[in-house]
Amino acid sequence: MTDLTSLTLAEARDALKAKTFTAVELTDAYLAAMEAARGLNAYVVETPEIARDMAKASDARLAAGQAGPLEGLPLGIKDLYATKGVHTQACSHILDRFKPVYESTVSANLWADGAVMLGKLNMDEFAMGSSNETSHYGPVVNPWRRKGSDVKLVPGGSSGGSAAAVAGRLCLGATATDTGGSIRQPAAFTGTVGIKPTYGRCSRWGLVAFASSLDQAGPIARDVRDAAILLKSMASVDPRDTTSVDLPVPDYEAAVGKSVKGLRIGIPKEYRLDGMPAEIDALWRRGIDILREAGAEIVDISLPHTKYALPAYYIVAPAEASSNLARYDGVRYGLRVPGSDIIDMYENTRAAGFGAEVKRRILIGTYVLSAGYYDAYYLRAQKVRTLIKRDFELAYAAGVDAILTPATPSAAFGIGEKADADPVEMYLNDVFTVTVNMAGLPGIAVPAGLSAEGLPLGLQLIGRPFDEETLFTLGAAIEKAAGTFSPAKWW
Amino acid sequence: MAPRRDRCYTREHSSLFEGIYMSVDTATVRRVARLARIKVTDDEAERMTNELNSILGFVEQLNEVDVAGVEPMTSVVSVKMRRRQDVVTDGEDAAAVVANAPVSEDNFFLVPKVVE
Amino acid sequence: MNMAVRTPDPKKMIKGATGDWEVIIGLEVHAQVTSNAKLFSGASATFGAEPNMHVSLVDAAMPGMLPVINEECVAQAIRTGLGLKAAINLYSVFDRKNYFYPDLPQGYQISQYKQPIVGEGKVLLDMPEGIVEIGIERLHLEQDAGKSIHDQHPTMSFVDLNRSGVALMEIVSRPDLRSSEEVKAYLAKLRTILRYLGTCDGNMEEGSMRADINVSVRKPGEPLGTRCEIKNVNSMRFAAQAVEYEARRQIGIIEDGGEIEQETRLYDPGKGETRSMRSKEEAHDYRYFPDPDLLPLELDPSWVDSLKAGLPELPDEKKARFIGDYGVTPYDAMVLTLERASADYYEQVAKGRDGKAVANFMINELFGRLNKDGKGIEASPVSPDQLGAIVDLIGDGTISGKIAKDLFEIVYTEGGDPKALVEARGLRQVTDTGAIEKAVDEVIAANPDKAEQARAKPTLSGWFVGQVMKATGGKANPQAVNDLVKQKLGIE
Ligand SMILES: [Mg+2]
Ligand SMILES: [Zn+2]
Repeated sequence: MTDLTSLTLAEARDALKAKTFTAVELTDAYLAAMEAARGLNAYVVETPEIARDMAKASDARLAAGQAGPLEGLPLGIKDLYATKGVHTQACSHILDRFKPVYESTVSANLWADGAVMLGKLNMDEFAMGSSNETSHYGPVVNPWRRKGSDVKLVPGGSSGGSAAAVAGRLCLGATATDTGGSIRQPAAFTGTVGIKPTYGRCSRWGLVAFASSLDQAGPIARDVRDAAILLKSMASVDPRDTTSVDLPVPDYEAAVGKSVKGLRIGIPKEYRLDGMPAEIDALWRRGIDILREAGAEIVDISLPHTKYALPAYYIVAPAEASSNLARYDGVRYGLRVPGSDIIDMYENTRAAGFGAEVKRRILIGTYVLSAGYYDAYYLRAQKVRTLIKRDFELAYAAGVDAILTPATPSAAFGIGEKADADPVEMYLNDVFTVTVNMAGLPGIAVPAGLSAEGLPLGLQLIGRPFDEETLFTLGAAIEKAAGTFSPAKWW
Repeated sequence: MAPRRDRCYTREHSSLFEGIYMSVDTATVRRVARLARIKVTDDEAERMTNELNSILGFVEQLNEVDVAGVEPMTSVVSVKMRRRQDVVTDGEDAAAVVANAPVSEDNFFLVPKVVE
Repeated sequence: MNMAVRTPDPKKMIKGATGDWEVIIGLEVHAQVTSNAKLFSGASATFGAEPNMHVSLVDAAMPGMLPVINEECVAQAIRTGLGLKAAINLYSVFDRKNYFYPDLPQGYQISQYKQPIVGEGKVLLDMPEGIVEIGIERLHLEQDAGKSIHDQHPTMSFVDLNRSGVALMEIVSRPDLRSSEEVKAYLAKLRTILRYLGTCDGNMEEGSMRADINVSVRKPGEPLGTRCEIKNVNSMRFAAQAVEYEARRQIGIIEDGGEIEQETRLYDPGKGETRSMRSKEEAHDYRYFPDPDLLPLELDPSWVDSLKAGLPELPDEKKARFIGDYGVTPYDAMVLTLERASADYYEQVAKGRDGKAVANFMINELFGRLNKDGKGIEASPVSPDQLGAIVDLIGDGTISGKIAKDLFEIVYTEGGDPKALVEARGLRQVTDTGAIEKAVDEVIAANPDKAEQARAKPTLSGWFVGQVMKATGGKANPQAVNDLVKQKLGIE
């Protein structure tokens, strides 16, 4: 039998239905792969008993002909998702020993469709980071290495564990979340496909909140089809999340393989940054060529407020985070560090429980909301956000169907390489992705080639609100021409 | 906290932009950390002051944007807020509420004594 | 500001060593919304459960929990706004008020700051000098906090989140009040309105209505003084006491050359004084911003209209109608309309009867008796039909007013049909002049010297009337007795 972990999610699904192997066999293959790959630090918790129980139940349903759309397919879950009775800490010390009595809507949707949980995936603490180096559980190692080098690279963040696990074949697909690029940037760094759907497409209920107006769940998968299959199951309208949208979930898989002929693709000139590496520029051009050759129409567009998205983001996201993270006070769950009185207990707990990046963002957020500064920072940033969104609306109103940009300004970098840098330098990783969150739009990252050092590079497609289907169609066209990318196993 | 005039100055060459430029000192960082209930050491306060100023310097470019007459974003999706019916559907499980509590007794959460 | 609307009234002022002081008072009343479930969760809003039983994972601020607004709480706020003759804002926004406190699980309270659901309105007070109008600045919806218990343990406080997330209406008045009497009247009137509307049970003991009272003093005509806020007063009596104490405290400080420090204070009913809350050194900075988990609250005007159409008649209108329809005095109308249930009771009895007589009997007999037992009108053992029957028996002369009191007591304690009771117990008024004449003759014959005195001084004839009434067991028609006594004594 070939290595079961080499199959895509769609292939495994079909094989399970054809009874080529069982869900338990498939799950065991993944549990073995996870054990062998612990050096990557992609999982913070493995749940083999749960996985095998779920797989057994899947086999029973498969045998009875009652298989769900994801029946028996082993997945990894980002630690940001509440999983009932299972470690859920957003990879923060402050949530030590927290085991929710509830299951997030998105993961519950996956289990309802028959999927199998392998464990919880590493991430940047509270999803704050672009390299997965802020996790309380240590950095994740990217399965990719530079040609001829054994320097350990970051997988990107915050969904670094998700991206590394998918790239390293430690799960068939993974849940992730994206507040400023946390699905698309790690996908680009690991040669995987990640989609951040439209804000409101997936329920946020049971997702540990970072920045409520920006957070959105989505999958990281091996290819475009797998991403489409996963998103179909993850998305739903949820009465418990009033920002989730009451629209039917389309059959995204049907969009994969459709012709792109006649689709108008906007190329925003503002994404051509000063000092952008030549190979990123070349990749972008390659993507343009691929889509043009596939029959799409390429048009130049302008999104004039692009450069303000990142600074506005670094006001809005920390502001919301400073408030969302106030609940971690040592009273009802998680870490408590004693103090001389209640305030001292709060201060000790939060000083010990939060890492440096989280503290930095809480302080920025607290500062920009504080009396006298609100208008100058928060209110202004939300106005700029209106302008950013308007840029996109005008482009779509002019007939553009989707927008093509690079996904990241560089390939993956070394762990610790930016440790001493200015925090802003790290933030620039999200310069191409963050606009999409600010405007609430869907965005997909698709691998499109390798850097000179042999590292994957990704392109981003940005769609109209709730038009994820066009992104899957276009992403599949790029994938068809550029191929898929896998790291050589070295771990 | 009121705007500290000594540390803020308006951009003089343009009346178009009402934004103000600000940087923080360690005393401000300490005050903000206190508001956020995070204890900081002297070293941390020092380091965070630099980091916060770097971030504040970065976001200063927003002052270039003319936002006159622009409505601040309230929601990225244009939907009406759904409402629940006035029906009791939840609660009645105190054990679940305190299940993860660091300290609890008789289904109460316990905290260091609060004096008013 | 309508500060100028009220001309300083010397009668309401407090005398200090340096002259008269005007007291300026504004109230923020937190009224618990009557609803089954909480404002943003499906947990019960009912008072008095075991610790943390009425708590959902949303109320406990578990990671990843999200608020979903309860439509009925919104409707209640709108009804209340309409009852306060206020503007309903079709677009309002929920903000987060950020601060740390163990009974505030989210680390923020969801409230409405810049854009509340209800705007300006008014409340009319019936004061002895006439109607006083108190301006309402706004009403907004917000979450209640949990409860900390400090006396269970030497070093720990116990936190119960049952109230956490219960819907409150914060009703903010303008600084239009000028005395502790007005504060009492305002709270009473607000309570009456809320109870009429059914939007708050007004139960101050259970904390369904709590007042934060802002007090400042000034010499008439001078600008506003620095105010102190007395937090969380939960009875009308305490509110009045707190205002009296606080005003005198402030006057004392100023007259001693001191300055008032703006601060938050607590009223201690045991000591009858207000004291500073120590937590004051911490400068508050609530960092309000729109809650990103909640979209703006947009109201359909037709929904507001339908809520308006469903409003009950409110106390002011009812009072006016009672004066017009039943001829009762403004004071009686006010008393009758204090509670919707009393007003309804009154109308049931007054329909087709002498409204004034019914009002008198209700206020003097029924209310007095219920008060004595600490009972509300809902618990009255005497039904409107029974009360009506008693009033009818007085009206047609079957019984005297005095007998009516006795009959009322019998019906109150034993029940029964008043008419049947009159027959069964022989309470019928004696109108037969022969019988009365006989009694009068007997009393005069037995008291010749008293009769002599009465002839000289006719006012003494009342003694004979009393004796005759006594002799007839109170059943004689008092008018007839009076006439016959005078006639027999030869007075007039
Ligand atoms: Mg208040
Ligand atoms: Zn309030």
